Amino acid sequence: MVSPDLRRTPLFGCHVAAAAKLVEFAGWEMPVQYEGVRQEHMAVREACGIFDVSHMGEIETSGPGALALLQRLLSNDVAKIAPDGAQYSVLCREDGGVLDDLFTYRLDAERYLTVTNAANHERDLAWFVRHAQAFPDVQVRDAIEAWAMLAVQGPLAREIVQAISDAPLPPRMIAAPRRLAGADVLVCGTGYTGEDGVELLCAPADAPALWGEITRRGATPAGLGARDTLRLEVCFHLYGNDLSVARGPIEAGLGWCCKEDTGFIGADAVRAVRDGGPSEKLVAFAIDGPGIARQGNPVIGGGEVTSGTLSPCLGTGVGLAYVPAEHATVGTHLQIDVRGKMRPAVVKDKPLYRKGS
Amino acid sequence: MSQASYPTDLLYHPEHDWARIAEDDPEYAVLGITWYAQDALGEVVFFDPPPVGTTLAKDASYAEVESVKAVSDVVAPLSGEIVEVNQALSENPAMINEDPYGEGWLVKVRLSDPSERGALLDAAAYKATLAG
Repeated sequence: MVSPDLRRTPLFGCHVAAAAKLVEFAGWEMPVQYEGVRQEHMAVREACGIFDVSHMGEIETSGPGALALLQRLLSNDVAKIAPDGAQYSVLCREDGGVLDDLFTYRLDAERYLTVTNAANHERDLAWFVRHAQAFPDVQVRDAIEAWAMLAVQGPLAREIVQAISDAPLPPRMIAAPRRLAGADVLVCGTGYTGEDGVELLCAPADAPALWGEITRRGATPAGLGARDTLRLEVCFHLYGNDLSVARGPIEAGLGWCCKEDTGFIGADAVRAVRDGGPSEKLVAFAIDGPGIARQGNPVIGGGEVTSGTLSPCLGTGVGLAYVPAEHATVGTHLQIDVRGKMRPAVVKDKPLYRKGS
Repeated sequence: MSQASYPTDLLYHPEHDWARIAEDDPEYAVLGITWYAQDALGEVVFFDPPPVGTTLAKDASYAEVESVKAVSDVVAPLSGEIVEVNQALSENPAMINEDPYGEGWLVKVRLSDPSERGALLDAAAYKATLAG
């Protein structure tokens, strides 16, 4: 399992000390679980979990031309990001194919930080750099080495982090610099679990002490396994599963973060699909009965599962699948070919899991 | 169980399966997966047994166990026909983790060639394969 070619985050020693099961993920050696996926999942839903997401990349875009460049690259209306704000968007090719899905934080009037998926970071960076050439007064910088990233998520997450913060934590979708247990941290009111919480960007050297302090105060270490089941229950997309260059954002149900009037790369293609209606759509489904559908399982009548797991909160097989638009209505019955066995499934409302449901 | 364990009264297949053959009933074997297999898989959330009467071929997959994260094939250590499946696992598949050699057994088979057992490993030999 351990290969010398794999990158390690600054928290690697913490994972080993916590007896994590380590796996290769996008070129990194990452914890997939500590005590168990289900336990970690429920800790995040009911109390607080902490994730090492330092494998994610960061690109800093700054200068008088930063807004203009980002407006051209990102699908959302970047001009709408308030000072200290955060925004979700996709990065599209000219044909509308999705290169990545991204969070962008506005650090200053003319300085933005965009968080990339680990597997896409190099490609995203090259894309940013290439298109920046057409924009005067803008600097694009690879900031992946500058940041470690921790996600603290769950109903108790804010209370735990607040206790070591020098000032009130920023609300949802706002990012603010704070001192946490003596370290300078960019605290962001964002996450990938459907729970309240914060994501913390800090210097790599400060990450282990921060991890130690937050786990000592009750956060349960949680791995990529729980991160996947948590995001799937609330139908957040995973790049490489539910998003790819082969499909556009409208098909993926991400039309809400595409503002074609901003003229971003791919806007014309996105507009054409929005106006004409997509031929297929990403739906959430639940298996009716036993069985767990997995990525790549065909849907009878057209389409395929792009993510599938057993939902720890719902107790059934759930997932996301692209299906022909005429099969995408909530309540539609599907048949999924799970390694040769037909499993009945039903198209469900998103998210699959709602707090208190 | 959290500690690795490989009982000496079992026969092992290198694909991380075990067979229990009673001295006084050598035509039958109870099959399951080893501590190593369940640990690698993580918490088992689904076991879909083949029906009674299914024919097993030694070294071929006959069922699947699934954790939240992954699906794993279960390989038949011996050839035969399923005469009983552990129905309790459909309610509580995590028994495979908690008691892989006891309550977490998978199927009982009538062996078609009891002499195949000669190709299986004893606990010490199986443990040696894990060390590599």
